Amino acid sequence: MDWTGRDVISIRDFSKEDIEFVLSTAERLERELKEKGHLEYAKGKILATLFFEPSTRTRLSFESAMHRLGGSVIGFAEASTSSVKKGESLRDTIKTVEQYSDVIVIRHPKEGAARLAAEVAEVPVINAGDGSNQHPTQTLLDLYTIKKEFSKIDGLKIGLLGDLKYGRTVHSLAEALAFYDVELYLISPEMLRMPKHIVEELKERGVKVYETSDLEAVIGELDVLYVTRIQRERFPDEQEYLKVKGSYQVNCKVLEKAKEELRVMHPLPRVDEIHPEVDKTKHAIYFRQVFNGVPVRMALLGLVLGVI
Amino acid sequence: MTELKVSAIREGTVIDHIPAGKGLKVIEILKLGRLSNGGAVLLAINVPSKKLGRKDIVKVEGKFLSEEEVNKIALVAPTATVNIIRDYKVVEKFKVEIPDIIEGILRCANPNCITHYEYVTTKFYVISREPLKVRCHYCERTMEEEEILANL
Ligand SMILES: [Zn+2]
Repeated sequence: MDWTGRDVISIRDFSKEDIEFVLSTAERLERELKEKGHLEYAKGKILATLFFEPSTRTRLSFESAMHRLGGSVIGFAEASTSSVKKGESLRDTIKTVEQYSDVIVIRHPKEGAARLAAEVAEVPVINAGDGSNQHPTQTLLDLYTIKKEFSKIDGLKIGLLGDLKYGRTVHSLAEALAFYDVELYLISPEMLRMPKHIVEELKERGVKVYETSDLEAVIGELDVLYVTRIQRERFPDEQEYLKVKGSYQVNCKVLEKAKEELRVMHPLPRVDEIHPEVDKTKHAIYFRQVFNGVPVRMALLGLVLGVI
Repeated sequence: MTELKVSAIREGTVIDHIPAGKGLKVIEILKLGRLSNGGAVLLAINVPSKKLGRKDIVKVEGKFLSEEEVNKIALVAPTATVNIIRDYKVVEKFKVEIPDIIEGILRCANPNCITHYEYVTTKFYVISREPLKVRCHYCERTMEEEEILANL
């Protein structure tokens, strides 16, 4: 599969074969990295990270991935310190930055910005989050994490917990999981249920979907519990937020009912939805999940650069 | 049933079989209220129709529609037929059709969509015709009929 020059904008653009290809490439790179300590595939290549809104973790993960591939990184982390503040259009920023780089990673507060950037740029563009729309590399690292923990995705019972209405990560994760033979448990307050059109699409694609607001009633069934934060900034109305704030807390007591093999995931950062006491249990894999972002992003960078 | 008499036009376009009540919207989206060639625009509302029960008809003197305009009509009045008139005769007649991709004629209903902030031609994929549903190429938000009509 030749990915040279390809853009990574939306998980919608991916087929199951694409996803599997990225996951197996990530696995290969992780192994090579462990053996050699440092890789040279992207030597001489430059990544530009354009973060029009701050997201330190995602930026560091991409930068780490590029460095581990032997490449180098330029970029800005806040639009207010760049020419964007002077009113430069996204189009012009991209046309300028591509003169300096071989691949661009963009994070932008407006939905659709990454798609536009990709249309403007000659070099490949990777979306690191555009508003509340897409964050495809997060979804790929989530799938990679599940696959690494269970050596498979098919046959698993996966619970998505928290804000399923506004949560970008759970929407695209659910859509990607629809390629696999999984059962999905959608666990949220009534007000924050998964949008109907996504639930319908999942069912049409053959996924068994259960919707509930009662975590304790279903936790014993699950292989994976994917926890998300209820994000204040996504709520149009503060009153609405206050009603559901702190609806769930995953702690050791809740986990008593869980299967031995249950894995708890979280895209991080968390606030209070997972108690720190869970960190020490064998259920917690959210920090390994963070680590997995690096090989997955190495795979994507290497593939679109055409160097691996 | 008495045939409703609306004066014929010598040259121009007759948009027939518009769902009753949508005729004004057709005039609005084609900006026919500001027709620059001085030609007459005739609107008939609630005309009896065998096919639709009731229908609206719009006649435009001295104007032929672009593909973009025909696509706009399709979104508002999917049942419409377009008749091209020359010398008082219908020389061509076709049904409007909603295209698979709608480019340029629709604004995105998502206020946070990049298309409202940058110089860019909007683009939507038609994901369902009945009921009408489209997805923005940029922000991926879907819009249904009501939002589509409000954003033409
Ligand atoms: Zn849009």
